[in-house]
Amino acid sequence: MKTLTVKSYISSIYLFFYLPIFVLIVYSFNSAQYSLVWHGFSWRWYQDLFSDGDLWIAVMHSLALGISAATLAMTLGGLLAITVFRYRFMGRKLLYGLIFILILSPDIVMGISLLILFSIIHLNLGFWSLVLAHTTFCMPFVAVTVYSRIVSFDRFIFEAAKDLGAKDTLILTHIILPLLWPALLSGWLLSFTLSIDDVIISYFVAGPDFEILPLKIYSMVRLGVKPEINALCAITFGITLILITMAQLVSRKKP
Amino acid sequence: MKLHDNALKISSLSLIWIWLIVFALLPFCLVTVASFLSHDDTHMFNLPFTIANYLQLNNFIYVKIFKQSFYIAGLCTLFCLLLGYPFAYVIANIEGRFKNLLVLLIVIPFWTSSLIRTYSMITMLKPKGVINSLLLSTGLIHKPLALLFTDTAVMIGLVYNLLPFMILPLLTNIERLDKRLVDAARDLGANKITTFRRVILPLTMPGIISGSILVFLPAMTIFYIPDLLGGSKSILLGNLIQNQFLIAQNWPLGSAVSVVFTLILAILLWVYWRSSAAKQDRRAFL
Repeated sequence: MKTLTVKSYISSIYLFFYLPIFVLIVYSFNSAQYSLVWHGFSWRWYQDLFSDGDLWIAVMHSLALGISAATLAMTLGGLLAITVFRYRFMGRKLLYGLIFILILSPDIVMGISLLILFSIIHLNLGFWSLVLAHTTFCMPFVAVTVYSRIVSFDRFIFEAAKDLGAKDTLILTHIILPLLWPALLSGWLLSFTLSIDDVIISYFVAGPDFEILPLKIYSMVRLGVKPEINALCAITFGITLILITMAQLVSRKKP
Repeated sequence: MKLHDNALKISSLSLIWIWLIVFALLPFCLVTVASFLSHDDTHMFNLPFTIANYLQLNNFIYVKIFKQSFYIAGLCTLFCLLLGYPFAYVIANIEGRFKNLLVLLIVIPFWTSSLIRTYSMITMLKPKGVINSLLLSTGLIHKPLALLFTDTAVMIGLVYNLLPFMILPLLTNIERLDKRLVDAARDLGANKITTFRRVILPLTMPGIISGSILVFLPAMTIFYIPDLLGGSKSILLGNLIQNQFLIAQNWPLGSAVSVVFTLILAILLWVYWRSSAAKQDRRAFL
């Protein structure tokens, strides 16, 4: 009796998580436009999506943005984690605290504060404003991912390399990076996912000339439920699923 | 050689500091400055300095939105905790190969676009949606319930979106819990309730606090959830800020709202930071 209660409780939480997404995916294949009644299997909404030129532009914009921001965030976040781990310097605690604050600071506050910054320095809202904003909010996540990996390293490896006369750059390229690539890669993948999905910050720093996928979805969703949106969300969900599974597999891999 | 070593350290440190100062610290300062500026129709913000924006916040409408946001976010946190704690406890104590899969199934919603997840809730809640169809077919109700565009829908949407953020920190924390302490308490004659209250609960408090922070903070600012699911459109602080910036174009007032909001959060976080439970957790965090 007790295990039955526990099992049904656990299952109902999973059902709560996955039923809405499952329904959404199923109905993206329903040929009926307005009804919840099943009218037969159809690729119609997917075909509609593929012929939507504006949507493709938004997808391309989002991919370019995601790749640029993830790469920058991986570089900066990785460098940050390595520096904090390897060196003792003034303001180390401050840096720590700043990353902590950056992770916790509400997206909307970051969005408006970057909007004010960009308007003061007269940076046109578009690709570059988005890259700078996305890099800034992804970087702490990379730093935390990489740092949690790097602390598991044996410090003596670095001592040994130093004793054998290796310089810092050599230690970085020949020891740290080869050991750290799974964490860096999973940081990249997570940043890419965050960037592709972000609505709140992008909402403030995107301009009218540079439309990106999440904002496009948002403006479509505001107009109501449509089968095309189901199809679009199903595809986006599928891609996210692949990326997250990859990130998980990579980060579990032993060096 | 010493110089060369230092070059790497100095260049990476300066790169990181410049980035963080320009894109994190400076913008936060600018918001604070903007909140003391005046607003007119031709400029987003303008001199002279004034405290009018803050005085305006004393208006009962804004006070109400602040109170409402904290109430809704608090309630959402409570629901997530009540639903998530037993769940995390069970999952953490599962042994065997299914565990990785079960954990992955929690991680997936954590990273999936919360906009898409919110949208999927519309399909469930709308008048001809899944829940109403199910209830109608079982004969429990005779006409569709008005679920969508209500405050209940907003709460369901918030809990649906943020529950993984409660479960994951709890899971990590409960997994680290030394089971021998629980056994010892039982051996020494404590009943289940006492064991939970005196042993398990204090030891998992860091997880509860991290989870609550990760739920409470976003709950107040995800403006698209009330926007898509809610009846009254501006019940959360996020909607108020978004409105002032992009619709009313009153940047100084919007900034003042965010400054007050950030200050309240900072005080809450400071209290958490000072608590001894947090010290343990902070080390685990970074």
